[in-house]
Amino acid sequence: MRARRLAAVAVAALLAMTGCSSPAADEPIGGGSSGPAGPGSGAAGPVTVLAAASLTESFTAIGTRFEQVNPSAEVSFSFGGSAGLAQQIIAGAPADVFAAASPTTMKTVTDAGAATGTPVTFARNQLVIAVPKGNPKGLATLAALAGSGIKVALCAEQVPCGTAAGKALSAAGVRLTPVTLEQDVKAALAKVKLGEVDAALVYRTDAKAAAADVDGVEFPESAGAVNDYPIVALEDGPNPAGAAAFLTFIRTPEAQRILTDAGFQQP
Amino acid sequence: MLPLAGLLIRAPWTTLPQRLTEPGVLAALRLSLLTATLATVVCLLLGVPLAWLLARARFPGRRLVRALVTVPLVLPPVVGGVALLLVFGRRGLVGGWLDATFGFSLPFTTTGVVVAEAFVAMPFLVISVEGALRGADPRFEEAAATLGASRWTAFRRVTLPLIGPGVAAGAVLCWARALGEFGATITFAGNFPGRTQTMPLAVYLALEQDLDAAIVLSLVLLVVSVVILAGLRDRWLGTS
Repeated sequence: MRARRLAAVAVAALLAMTGCSSPAADEPIGGGSSGPAGPGSGAAGPVTVLAAASLTESFTAIGTRFEQVNPSAEVSFSFGGSAGLAQQIIAGAPADVFAAASPTTMKTVTDAGAATGTPVTFARNQLVIAVPKGNPKGLATLAALAGSGIKVALCAEQVPCGTAAGKALSAAGVRLTPVTLEQDVKAALAKVKLGEVDAALVYRTDAKAAAADVDGVEFPESAGAVNDYPIVALEDGPNPAGAAAFLTFIRTPEAQRILTDAGFQQP
Repeated sequence: MLPLAGLLIRAPWTTLPQRLTEPGVLAALRLSLLTATLATVVCLLLGVPLAWLLARARFPGRRLVRALVTVPLVLPPVVGGVALLLVFGRRGLVGGWLDATFGFSLPFTTTGVVVAEAFVAMPFLVISVEGALRGADPRFEEAAATLGASRWTAFRRVTLPLIGPGVAAGAVLCWARALGEFGATITFAGNFPGRTQTMPLAVYLALEQDLDAAIVLSLVLLVVSVVILAGLRDRWLGTS
C-alpha cells in the first residue's frame, strides 16, 4: 500500500515537472521565432526521438550538438529495434521523431497514419562481417562463414539487419545455418564481443563503434543490400517545433559529418 | 486480469486456425514445454537438497547462502544471461574448459535454454521448499531415526511426504517461471527456431513484424499454461 502511494506521488511529481518545464523553456524564444524551424531556432523543451539501435552512437553525438545549438531544447533518445519502436509508436508512444533502419519499417508507421509529412532518407548503411579483434579464424568472405565449425550470429529476418543479411547471402549464393537469430544488431554484435560466435553480419557503423573488440570485414555482396535510414516527425508528438528543428538539423553538414564519421554513407 | 482481456479482445479470431497450424508455433510450444519441464526437474534435483540444508543444517554463512539463493529473483534476467555466458560461454570460466576438453559448449543449445531457465526459476522452488521444511516438525524425523531409519530413509519416507504440498507448489511456481523466461534465455541461449526459440522469444520476434501473430502466440502460451496449472493444482494440491 505504502509503495503504491509513494509511486503515485512520484508520478505526480514527474508530471508536474514536465508540465512546468516546457512553458518555462518556451518563454525566452516566444518573442521572436515563429518562422520555419532551422538550426538554432524554434526548438525548445523536451524532444523525444525514437531511433534504430544502429544509430545509438551517432544520434547521441548529434543530440549533444543539437542541444548546444538549441540551448533550451532537451533531446531524449530511445534506441531499439526499428520494428519494436514502430509498434510502440502505433500504440501511441508519446514521441516526436522516428528514425528507422529500413523504409519497410517506416512504412508501417506512415501506413498507420502516425507520421506527419513524408519520411526523408538521411543516411545509408552497409553490412560487414564482424569478427573478434585480429580475425583469429581468418574469415574474409561470406562463403567462409558457411565453413564447418564456424559459429555465426545473424539478425532475425523480422528486423532490418536480418533482411539485409538475407539479401547479401542470397546475392552471394551462400547458404549458412546461424547458431542464433538475434533480436537486433547490437545483440548480434554482443555475441561477437563476448567471443560466443566467430562472426556476425552487422552494419559497418556497429562494427566501427565496437572497434576496440571487433574487426569489420568488408565484402562485395553488401552493395546489393544497402539499408536506407528514413526519418520522420510524428503526428501525435507533443513538441512539433522541436521535431521540425531536429529534422532540419539532421541534414546540416555538421550532423552529416557525425554520421559519416560513424561509418554511414550519405544518401 | 485487464491485460488478459485486452489480448482476448484484440485476438484475430478469423485467421486463428490458420495461424495456429503454422509449423513454427508448434515447434516453439513443444520446446517451451520441454525445456520448462526439464528445468523444473533440474531445480527439484538441486533445489530440494539445498532447501533442506538451509532449513535443517547449521553451518557458517548460512544467511549469506540464503541471500545468494534469491539473487536470480533480484537480478534482471538479461544480466543473469550475461553472467551465465561469462561462466559457461566459450571464453567463460567453466565453459572454456568444457569447450577445450570435450568440445562441448552450452550457449545456443537446447541444454543452454534449460540452464538459463533453471537459473532463473530455482529460487521459487528453494524458497517454497524451505518454508515447508521449517513448518514440518523435525521430531518426526528424530522418531524415524530412533526406529532405526537412516537419514536418507527418514528423509524419503517421512520428511518428503510431510512437505509434499510445499514441494509441489514450489515446482509449479518454478515451472511457470521457466515457461515465461525470456531475458536470460535470449541472452545465453540465443534464438534459433526449433532449437532455442521458446514461446516468449517467438512472441517477441513476431511483435517486430506482425502484432496479430504475437497475440496468437501469447494466447497459445496462456491457454496451455492455464490448463496445465489448473490440472496440476487439482491433482497435487487439492487433495492435501
